[in-house]
Amino acid sequence: MHELGITQSIVEIALRTAEGQQAKKIHSVTLEIGSLSGVVPEALQFCYDACSKESLLEGSRLIIEEVEAKARCRDCAVEYPLTDLLACCPACGSAAGDLFCGEELRIKEMEID
Amino acid sequence: MCVDCGCAEPDHHHGEVPRKRISVEEDILAKNDRLAAANRALFAEQGVFSLNLVSSPGSGKTSLLEKTLADLKSEINFAVLEGDQQTANDAERIATTGVPVHQINTGAGCHLDAHMVGHGLEHFDLDSLQMLMIENVGNLVCPASFDLGEDFKVSLLSVTEGEDKPLKYPQMFRASEIMLVNKIDLLPYVRFDVAKCREYAERVHPGIRIFEISCYSGEGLDRWYDWLREKVGEKRTKG
Ligand SMILES: Nc1nc2c(ncn2[C@@H]2O[C@H](COP(=O)(O)OP(=O)(O)O)[C@@H](O)[C@H]2O)c(=O)[nH]1
Ligand SMILES: [Mg+2]
Ligand SMILES: [Zn+2]
Repeated sequence: MHELGITQSIVEIALRTAEGQQAKKIHSVTLEIGSLSGVVPEALQFCYDACSKESLLEGSRLIIEEVEAKARCRDCAVEYPLTDLLACCPACGSAAGDLFCGEELRIKEMEID
Repeated sequence: MCVDCGCAEPDHHHGEVPRKRISVEEDILAKNDRLAAANRALFAEQGVFSLNLVSSPGSGKTSLLEKTLADLKSEINFAVLEGDQQTANDAERIATTGVPVHQINTGAGCHLDAHMVGHGLEHFDLDSLQMLMIENVGNLVCPASFDLGEDFKVSLLSVTEGEDKPLKYPQMFRASEIMLVNKIDLLPYVRFDVAKCREYAERVHPGIRIFEISCYSGEGLDRWYDWLREKVGEKRTKG
């Protein structure tokens, strides 16, 4: 359950950002979470409610945008979605693909007043 | 069309002050990654080769360390960081080899992070250190996301765990440069297809380096030791 530690980092970054903007209220925090990031969105959501208590984040919404993993085929350069790490290139069947997105663990934006 | 009320007017407000949308674009693990980079820089400066050992509980991480230290401590200066949720048992096992060791208890935490390792390093004399072994908390999921500043992650898998572990925990095997298949002394007694295991690991991580070993019989350890000697030597000349 490393989602707890990850949520603590989210809260830290969000509060620091809000302070820098002199925000009075935080409405939402939007994350980009890659499908291969190893993080379970439901667990983040659960931890967020606990970790945001009694801070400027309390009551704000955590919006999670899931980013589908994609790979580029080393043999024919086709880009294809990696539903799991074992997917092969749909064009040529090659198993050698380089992952170019899907591992994101990023705070994208926030809505504040 | 307004998404809130469905009326034709775009972007109007519903009696609320307009919200300010600010772009953050910050990696959630940025702090850990920064601290890991600091550890890595320190290792480079001091010429310390470091490995982060990961596996399920009981695959044989501590046993591998005991055996490796006993066999190589006369030629390589080691130190060990032991990560466990509770107890100093593993550190006590390592201490009997005479190699400097420090235990980190993570409590509820399911993995080591770069900050813990950074402080763990304060317990060692880095000037004379050549190789740091970090035994992570037994867990094949969480440690995959946390860079500690090590040169390589090493995944251990024992033959009693089933050959499909690389498929079940692909993130971990993808993050590891090395896979050690341990307890091969038990192969006559368990159903474990080594060739399949290699194939699965190669599929999730093309080019992964695999050693088949037994900490009990010592089989296969020679190749592992040769690899360690080579890497320690390379790091030393760079440092
Ligand atoms: N048969 C066999 N058992 C082993 C081997 N290596 C470790 N073990 C046993 O596996 C158990 C767990 O080992 P340990 O080193 O504590 O695993 P860790 O939790 O990964 O640190 C212990 O009972 C060890 O004696 C091996 O090569 N062969
Ligand atoms: Mg252990
Ligand atoms: Zn292709």
